[in-house]
Amino acid sequence: MEITFVIEKFVFITVIFGLSLLVAMYSTLAERKIAAFLQDRVGPNRAGPGGMFQPLADGVKMFLKEEIIPTQSNKFLFIAGPSLAILTACIGSAVIPWGQDIQLFGKTIALQATDINVGILYIFGVVSLGVYGIMIGGWASNNKFSLMGAIRAASQNISYEIPMGLSIIALLLVTNSLSLKDIAEQQHGFQWNVFYQPLGFLIFLVCAFAETNRTPFDLPECETELVGGYHTEYSSMKLGFFLFAEYINMFVSSAVMATLYFGGYNYPGMDYMNSLLGPTFGPLLGMAVLFLKIFAFIFFFMWVRWTIPRFRYDQLMNLGWKILIPLAIANIVLTGLVTALVNGF
Amino acid sequence: MEAQSTPVNYLPIIFQMIVALGFVVVTMVVTHLVGPKRKTSDKLIPFESGIESIGNARQPFSIKYFLVAILFVLFDVEVIFMYPWAVNFRDFGWAGVIEMFIFMGTLLLGFIYVLKKGALDWE
Amino acid sequence: MSQSLFYLIAFLSIFFSLMVIFTKNPVHSVLYLIITFFTFTIHYILLNAQFLAIVNFIVYMGAIMVLFLFVLMLLNLNKDTEPAKSNLLKMAGVVAGMCLLVTLVGSVKALNVSNPVVLTNPGLGLVKNLGKVLFNEFLLPFEISSLLLLSAMVGAVLLAKKEA
Repeated sequence: MEITFVIEKFVFITVIFGLSLLVAMYSTLAERKIAAFLQDRVGPNRAGPGGMFQPLADGVKMFLKEEIIPTQSNKFLFIAGPSLAILTACIGSAVIPWGQDIQLFGKTIALQATDINVGILYIFGVVSLGVYGIMIGGWASNNKFSLMGAIRAASQNISYEIPMGLSIIALLLVTNSLSLKDIAEQQHGFQWNVFYQPLGFLIFLVCAFAETNRTPFDLPECETELVGGYHTEYSSMKLGFFLFAEYINMFVSSAVMATLYFGGYNYPGMDYMNSLLGPTFGPLLGMAVLFLKIFAFIFFFMWVRWTIPRFRYDQLMNLGWKILIPLAIANIVLTGLVTALVNGF
Repeated sequence: MEAQSTPVNYLPIIFQMIVALGFVVVTMVVTHLVGPKRKTSDKLIPFESGIESIGNARQPFSIKYFLVAILFVLFDVEVIFMYPWAVNFRDFGWAGVIEMFIFMGTLLLGFIYVLKKGALDWE
Repeated sequence: MSQSLFYLIAFLSIFFSLMVIFTKNPVHSVLYLIITFFTFTIHYILLNAQFLAIVNFIVYMGAIMVLFLFVLMLLNLNKDTEPAKSNLLKMAGVVAGMCLLVTLVGSVKALNVSNPVVLTNPGLGLVKNLGKVLFNEFLLPFEISSLLLLSAMVGAVLLAKKEA
């Protein structure tokens, strides 16, 4: 292992990390703008042209607010909660392939932090870690509303992890590989997995909404019942971390959905464009396409949030356990049988 | 043949964790130093909609949530067992399909039992 | 390189597992246990046992520890309600601990110092290869494990629904 490898990886990871923070930051502005558009308002427009600097102002405000740590809370865990939440949100993007190998400064660089054999499972594992931040933060607050929010969040997240895992298995029957790079390469051109796995994609999409605690699954923080849910007691950057983690999760899950089901960086006619643009700008165009898909998903997340009301808790649990799990199992059986009958072995 | 990843391939994940950890620690420290500190006793009690809180939040909650957690662990193990099968799906052929359907059938039996018992009913 | 890495990770595992025991707050213990499991994951990766690593990551770190946290939060952790431990209980604890120690020492003595583990087939731990072994040689234990999961499911439901 050479030192250049380490430096290359560190630079790449930092760039992707900064990019995901930037996207998450501007998602907050986009959310408010889209909400305004859907409700026929103007939205934030004071800070900079069209409110362009609003996220920066919000970020600075978060830094300058007073840190409140309630006396009855458990101090160490109170700080550990939001840190864990954002930490788990930030490490998920390590296995996502952002584009084909690129020629840069006479070197071939893979546009992916690392291509491991168990890429999907890594994502699945990181998702399952996401529950700790909320649970520990909510419990450490020593506030009944926070506790309720945390317990609800934990139950919701673990309930929707199972259909998520099952829908990935159906996808694996098609791809036969756990490496995200392989899966992306297999969808070359327009052979996107969503055409082979429409039901699996729907299940995965619903689970992604539930795992990121987005409406209609935002019961953990539903303000009409639980004040602020698990982050009732939080202020300053610790609150910011919880809110920010949600947006980063949204970005990462959009990227995962785009890669697993919508071809990732592949687009129809990419061979022609690659030969036209050469080995530097071709992959960059692919990366731009991937980001376009990600933004489309993020827009969809927001669209749903401002359109659909929140579930009741029993409806949420019933949807997860009694509808999605049987549906996901049926999807596996169906996919298995169809693949076996159509392709033979 | 697929790429055979080795332990070195996992190193960037550790790098990413280091970068993320650095970001979190720096931000936490900066916000701690920059923010104002005007503490009053009223500010530091738990917020319960303006009503004085009785007792604290260290109290038991519904056993339902616990049951959900146990069932989650069991189903999670089941899902994990299915991955090696799914990856080898083409190689195993019909034998693999039958083997996995027996495994899934047993667990489906348990799932039906759980549903019939009303363990997942919320009122 | 790989050996010093092993010693570093091994040291971290032991350190954090000691922290699990020595912290007073049970939720802190759970956090340290999560970190301990994470170091185990790294151990598996060093052995190129990728599937085991990821199972450890998802099932132990992600699922079982959530269950532990639930249990802790279900318990009433207020100081004033904590039952005073009688001397008899403490004695029982000491005796049980000594028994464990004797067993451990005995088993360590029975160990032979063997060559450092050299994997005859370094690709054995990959998901694909492990699946081949699991569904051929170990098919019966695999199917029986489904019965085990079934019985666990039934048991959990019976215990939780007892009062109702």
